[in-house]
Amino acid sequence: MLDLIWIIPLLPLAGFIIISLFGKLMGRKTSSVIGVGVVGLSAVFAILAGITFMSRLPGENVFTKQLWTWINIPGFSVNMGFYLDSLSTTFIFIISFVSFLIHLYSSYFMKDDEGVIRFFAWMNLFTASMLLLVMADNLLLLYLGWEGVGLCSYLLIGFWYKDPANGHAARKAFIVTRIGDTAMAIGLFFLFRAFGTLNIHEILQSAPHVWSSGSPEARIAALLLLGGAVGKSAQLPLQTWLPDAMAGPSPVSALIHAATMVTAGVYLIARTNAIFTLAPAVMTLVAIIGAVTLLLAGFSAIVQKDIKRVLAYSTISQIGYMFLALGVGAWSAAVFHFFIHAFFKALLFLAAGVIITNLHHEHNMFKMGGLRKKMPLVFYTFLAGAGSLSALPLITAGFFSKDLILSETFASGNGGVLLWLAGLTGAGLTALYTFRMVFITFFGEAKMEPEGKRSSLMFIPLVTLAILSIIGGYINLPAHHSITAFLQNSLPAFHGDASHGTDIILKVVSGLTALAGVYIAYLLYIKRPQMVYAWKQKPFGHFIYTLWFKGWRFDDLYNYVFVYPVVAIAKINRKDFIDSIYTGIARLMMLLHEGFILSQNGKLRWYLAFIVIGVIIGFTITVFL
Amino acid sequence: MIEIPVEHGLMIAAVLFLIGLAGALIRRNFVYILLSIEIMLNAAGFAFVLAGARWLQPEGQVMFIFILTMAAAEVSIGLALILRIYHKFKSLDSDKADKIKG
Repeated sequence: MLDLIWIIPLLPLAGFIIISLFGKLMGRKTSSVIGVGVVGLSAVFAILAGITFMSRLPGENVFTKQLWTWINIPGFSVNMGFYLDSLSTTFIFIISFVSFLIHLYSSYFMKDDEGVIRFFAWMNLFTASMLLLVMADNLLLLYLGWEGVGLCSYLLIGFWYKDPANGHAARKAFIVTRIGDTAMAIGLFFLFRAFGTLNIHEILQSAPHVWSSGSPEARIAALLLLGGAVGKSAQLPLQTWLPDAMAGPSPVSALIHAATMVTAGVYLIARTNAIFTLAPAVMTLVAIIGAVTLLLAGFSAIVQKDIKRVLAYSTISQIGYMFLALGVGAWSAAVFHFFIHAFFKALLFLAAGVIITNLHHEHNMFKMGGLRKKMPLVFYTFLAGAGSLSALPLITAGFFSKDLILSETFASGNGGVLLWLAGLTGAGLTALYTFRMVFITFFGEAKMEPEGKRSSLMFIPLVTLAILSIIGGYINLPAHHSITAFLQNSLPAFHGDASHGTDIILKVVSGLTALAGVYIAYLLYIKRPQMVYAWKQKPFGHFIYTLWFKGWRFDDLYNYVFVYPVVAIAKINRKDFIDSIYTGIARLMMLLHEGFILSQNGKLRWYLAFIVIGVIIGFTITVFL
Repeated sequence: MIEIPVEHGLMIAAVLFLIGLAGALIRRNFVYILLSIEIMLNAAGFAFVLAGARWLQPEGQVMFIFILTMAAAEVSIGLALILRIYHKFKSLDSDKADKIKG
């Protein structure tokens, strides 16, 4: 069975090729059936591969499948090979399964869109690239998937390309992540120079022998890889593209936020954990980036009006938790949070998609209201996702994953109380902004009458994801830690020194924080909405509000520091002075051309005179020089 | 028999050539231009014969026969062209025939 794992990324890729070549011929219906079908089959294969892989544990915890040699020149050879261990198995499962649910949902959601054929082609390519990224056994193949993901995000964010704002958002996503990609590419060169190979397994095996802990080389390599990871995962300082990425259709947002793209950075750091372990300073930096990002994004999420932007900021914040966990060495906890996050974030985006289409493409939450009675199924599934996002204690999956991160941050030698406090504050913020969204959208008086498309094709994914968002945490109950144990087949175990007693206190504290967040949201947005309004009127409150609303004005900062100077230089150099060398050559040729035209005057005696002059010059040169 | 130095002969050839060249440059009448070209050809032929006599080789005179043949051909074609030009422009002035530059 495991010999066939190459089928898992091949199926969506084949779907992409078939749909893009024959989409017009087959029609919209057939194209979407193929688009959904290939990802569904891929998910089936992924689950089968996962089961087979688990049945071989604990004996063989790694499986590699070499297909063919991709590049082979002296001193450098890269194989087309796939690598399966517990980390990539987890990612493959989530990517293919959640992608399948999103595809299923989109088959109804997008059915009246004029671009449905290219939509499914690109969604399939997106899934295929992400699967390639996590299954690659060498960094070059991983980079291929990495770039494929970037390309597809550009295509899909700008899917409704007729609005220039969408095209702008797409370019922004592409260019900002490209900054990180460049760092990562340099990192790959650096690693190749140090190890002479790009095979991930070999690099990780030999890294501790080649580099000593804390050596500058290890630090540079880890920093460069981190650069790639922060770009793709929308962490500080490259987080600005993600809120704008909401320009795409809702299923695209779900795919970008849950299954693909933003988790690539988390995967990269978890995959190359040996290099990061050798650079403790960079590990601390990862943790700090995560903690700061989760706080900044949490504050921004509190004041957003657009329901999808709230979710976007919450994604940045939740990926921040994963980075925090990676930074403190809680590798498995980070992956576990990714696992749960994929379910509830996909769910929230898909539910938001239903709401938005049923309310005539209204994104503003303050114009919704009272949807609890009108759309009960969406309400309950959304509530399940929101509960999981806010980590409501014991009943939701999000609690188990987020709590694991918090307690391991507290216990880790690399973490500490400060990072834990940041995480805890973030947890309270998460509950606050999530339930603010729930209360504003679903409670209060109805302001709009929902109408439009609803179908079981959209509700099956919602219900499935809602169930998983609730029970998904039970696979890693504190007593068993089954997924942690599973992941520790490929990731280093967590080393902390928390006693059982502290652990329980921490759990209670984080649970209470989440509940407190919900209660504050209830107070502010149900009981006394006028209070928030009054705060907004005060100058300081207004300042804070705009600051948070614009995402801490990072866009303005980058505009002033990078964009405007470049634009100004471009304006000065509008004539392009380097180009004038080439236009100068062309102009000289034109001038000579005009001159020689004059000499062709048809007067025979002139021609003769020129011949004589030429002969005299020729003789003079040959005789005297 | 007094030996005439070869330089003297060459000088005559050069003077002859320059006379022809000046004629070709100065005259505007096609017939005179053709005539001047003949003079230049003869100057070149004279130089060949001179060189053949100097080194006692027959090739100089062979070359002169070639030049004569070529000149005859050239004159026949040239005269034919001049006739055509005269029909076209009603004149033998080479400067008036500058329309044929293409």
